Amino acid sequence: MKPPPFEYHDPKTVDETLAILGRYGGEARLLAGGQSLMALLNFRLASPAALVDLNPVPELSYIREEGGQLRFGAMTRQRQIEFSPLVASRLPLMIEATRMVGHLPTRTRGTIGGSIAHADPAAEYPALVTALDGEMVLRSASGTRVVKPADFFKGFFTTAIAPGEMLVEVRIPVTPAHSGWAFEEFSRRHGDFAIVEIVTMLTVDNGRCTRARVAASGVGGAPVRLRPVEEILERDGVGERAIGEASARAAELVDPTSDLHASADYRRHLTRVLTRRALTRAALQVRGNN
Amino acid sequence: MAATQKWVGQPLKRTEDPRLLVGDGVFIADQLFPNLHHAAILRSPHAHARIRSIDASAALRLPGVVGIVTGQDAAKMTRPFAVGVRAPVKYYCMAVDKVRFVGEPVAVVVATNRYLAEDALDLIQVDYEPLSAVVDPERALAADAPLLHEEVGSNLACHRHIVYGDPDAAFADAEVVISERFVFPKYGSTPIETYGVVASFDRTSDVLTIHANFMGPFILHPITARALNLPENKLRLVVPPDIGGSFGIKTGIFPYMSLVGLAAMKTGVTVKWIEDRREHLLASSSGTDRIAYRELAARRDGTILAMRTRWYDNVGGYIRTPEPGCSFRPIGNWFGAYRFQHLEADANVVMTNKSLTGPNRGYACGHLYFEIERMVDLLAEKIGMDPAEVRRRNFIQPGEFPYRTPSGGLYDSGDYPAAFEKALELADYAGLRRSQEQARADGRLFGVGLAVAVDPSVSNMGYITVALDPEIRGRPGYLPKSGALEAATVKVDPLGRIIGVLGSAPQGQGHRTVVAQIIADELGIAPDDITIVDEMDTFTRVWGISSGTYSSRFGSVGTSAAALAARRLRDKLVRFASYLMEVPPESVVWSEGGAHHANNGQVLTLKDLAGRAHWDVESIPPGMEAGLEATAVFAFPEAKAPDLQDRVNSSNTYGFIAEVMAVEIDPDTAAIKILKYVTVHDAGEIINPAIVEGQIYGGALHGLGGALYEELAYDEQGQALAGSFMDYLVPTAHEAVKIDIAHVVSPSPFTTLGAKGLGESSSMTVPAVLANAVTDALKPLGVHIRELPITPSRLWHLMESARSKR
Repeated sequence: MKPPPFEYHDPKTVDETLAILGRYGGEARLLAGGQSLMALLNFRLASPAALVDLNPVPELSYIREEGGQLRFGAMTRQRQIEFSPLVASRLPLMIEATRMVGHLPTRTRGTIGGSIAHADPAAEYPALVTALDGEMVLRSASGTRVVKPADFFKGFFTTAIAPGEMLVEVRIPVTPAHSGWAFEEFSRRHGDFAIVEIVTMLTVDNGRCTRARVAASGVGGAPVRLRPVEEILERDGVGERAIGEASARAAELVDPTSDLHASADYRRHLTRVLTRRALTRAALQVRGNN
Repeated sequence: MAATQKWVGQPLKRTEDPRLLVGDGVFIADQLFPNLHHAAILRSPHAHARIRSIDASAALRLPGVVGIVTGQDAAKMTRPFAVGVRAPVKYYCMAVDKVRFVGEPVAVVVATNRYLAEDALDLIQVDYEPLSAVVDPERALAADAPLLHEEVGSNLACHRHIVYGDPDAAFADAEVVISERFVFPKYGSTPIETYGVVASFDRTSDVLTIHANFMGPFILHPITARALNLPENKLRLVVPPDIGGSFGIKTGIFPYMSLVGLAAMKTGVTVKWIEDRREHLLASSSGTDRIAYRELAARRDGTILAMRTRWYDNVGGYIRTPEPGCSFRPIGNWFGAYRFQHLEADANVVMTNKSLTGPNRGYACGHLYFEIERMVDLLAEKIGMDPAEVRRRNFIQPGEFPYRTPSGGLYDSGDYPAAFEKALELADYAGLRRSQEQARADGRLFGVGLAVAVDPSVSNMGYITVALDPEIRGRPGYLPKSGALEAATVKVDPLGRIIGVLGSAPQGQGHRTVVAQIIADELGIAPDDITIVDEMDTFTRVWGISSGTYSSRFGSVGTSAAALAARRLRDKLVRFASYLMEVPPESVVWSEGGAHHANNGQVLTLKDLAGRAHWDVESIPPGMEAGLEATAVFAFPEAKAPDLQDRVNSSNTYGFIAEVMAVEIDPDTAAIKILKYVTVHDAGEIINPAIVEGQIYGGALHGLGGALYEELAYDEQGQALAGSFMDYLVPTAHEAVKIDIAHVVSPSPFTTLGAKGLGESSSMTVPAVLANAVTDALKPLGVHIRELPITPSRLWHLMESARSKR
């Protein structure tokens, strides 16, 4: 388990990074927290010509609020997010999600950009940005583009990041008023990638569900936003019956596969169970918040 | 007379820990050697294939590569390893003509560093002819199954049909007969430190020195020497100062000792190989997966009359010593804690295209008690009796010890009912049953499980010969195998401080701490004045073919040797003192670290005597050997070879475990929550309660791994599915459960201090107690646990299919 040979670069700025990426024409990999890439290198499942280390690039590490969104520099550590007062006050759901990302030592290294660019189909942050309709900001030598989750996550470990391009920022809308939320995850052990996870945010104004956000992950190659489920809730509210119907619909919408840890049927079943639990908890919370 | 026990029995902190905690431990990967080169191993991607050719020329041209070893070298320079079965299996240290499991070594590259060595692996071209594979041990015995070893003619490595008593008559008389099929998974122990071997060959003396984190030497030293065509006094095994865990798994390192030794002999450089985690999961060692059929005959009053059992132990691509221990290690305790007298056992040891097996904490006892204890619960269900009551009615009683089992086991001591009742009381069994009633009324799935086990330790190496037909063992000229021994030396320095030298190779068990406690008591001094050396070196230590740290040996045999050596030294000190005092030895008493004249107040301290003995050799009396040291070799008296009726005392001390577990199952997700877990142990006299508790925690977590999480899974084509810790799940601190521990003490009459082994402990009971608790919880659905691990997905499917039948 030693990596194949590679060249190593430690740029200090994003511009420098992009220049190096350009030279390798897609044959270089960016090194963020290294929690997945180092294992891939050691398993020789990845053999890039070069590693471009983002750890010395200070401009990529920040959390700020702008335009109704929280904006995260791609190199912001998961641990920084977990303990950010700003995130705690504007997007507490993200704290809940972050606590399920790996373990304390891995969160001190792991970054939000690394997690999203790696695009593990059962990871927490891809599910979160999918549910909340976040944005990924990609930069290349030729400019900047902003990509929505549905266009960004292409399938197992595959994203819309083009050769010569890099993820520089992740944007997630802050919690709307009158909202409740929940992140329900089932895994065999604490800290594992989920077998199934459900993220939801419900906004209820004057007894009407004005906005429902529901996404599932672990049930296919990429996290999926369950728009038809959201529509049920926006139409029928967040009472027990609507939640029951929405949960059943969620299970119909996903297309999971079987692996060593869980069968497709079990994953589908869990989708229903966890959707019901997430919606019930979020609905309860929104009642408390209103 | 032994001094009063001041230190034995105390929960002393481990003297090993400060070094480890500050990072000063010295493990094999930390050790420095001159002229060191590094090996990487090319492994088979196929479960079963013929090797047509290997082209290593491009790899050899890579700068930094000094040599490559392939199966051709192994065929030329080594011999197949000896194994205790008749099947002519040719198991070399690497694949010669065929590969038989994914991960089998095919070539070794030796280079100036490990990175280069792995780069070179990518350049080796192997032309394989893939063959169809088989992974299921029952399927492997079908006439049309792929054949692994042509020279054997079938995939059956060993078969024994053994009958004790008259099971046919017992079954004919039975009022109740129960039968069940069980599947026990393949799992290991994943010690935090993987295998490591450093080998160098001295071409002038022809000595091959192997440094390895192997807790031997035991039988594997002679077997390795023979495979390498070396006389045993030319193979030096040196064990590093620290080993990061084994749990039996490091027994499987010996083929790598041979492989790396071969690489050193061929290349002429010192070769180091540290196994990485992927290699460990693919190709180190594990327990066997087993399919077992069991039948139980009983009376309606709960009395068990007999059992019949037939099992298929899957040893993987080659049967590797000490297998078929998987089938026979617990032979003396095949009857568990119960009094029934009739047993029919049909043991089938099968080779399939999986990785190889060997001892794994609890060696075969996890399998045994999963089957027996499930059967007892099935009996309880069938006759409508509380499972606690069924066990009570069948226990061997306290007045019956030492108790001879029909299979030859000699249970040294115990009080099974007392330990069992203690567990029930600690768990508030009656209260749990009331909670269960309430929970069921509320529609919740709440279950209570029980399990008991006779915990064998210090295996008698003769047991393994049960694999041979008695007809072979009865032939004239057959050399019987027997025994369990260990050595220790205690010596005094010129200022009266002590050095104790052990024949053991601990992997974290705290031998230094424990032996210092024992010697301190025997000599009436403080443990701080004692230095313990435990680094095995086969050229300098006193050892025997059973020596090593396996089979929970140290707690009884190692401690007995240390105590005996200290007593022998103390006797000499008393005789020396009496000579100097010019009084008869009977009038001298040893206490508080010195020789005291019984009447006149004269005292010679250990320091006085040491100074005299070392600096004034003249003062030693005529007839007394000079030097202040004593070596003792402790051998168990009852470790005899099997008789021709296949009866053998397979272990030398037998502890007892009684457990209660309460669980609740989430009806939606099938997640299992452990609400209560009580474990009561009888390991005889306890030398260090803190270390004992640590062993119980570790054993329980191991058992939890096998019951819920861990499986070296394969697909039908023999591809390994658990190649990393993302897929091979071990329980972590988060999954650890609260454990209520209590003890009952029945001293062993066969050990110097009355202590028994306890290192394997609850690893052998947790699969049983958990399966019983989960089955009990799911009684409203009628789900029976027959197969481990109980993953949420599997359990949910069982629950769903039960629900759909209602």
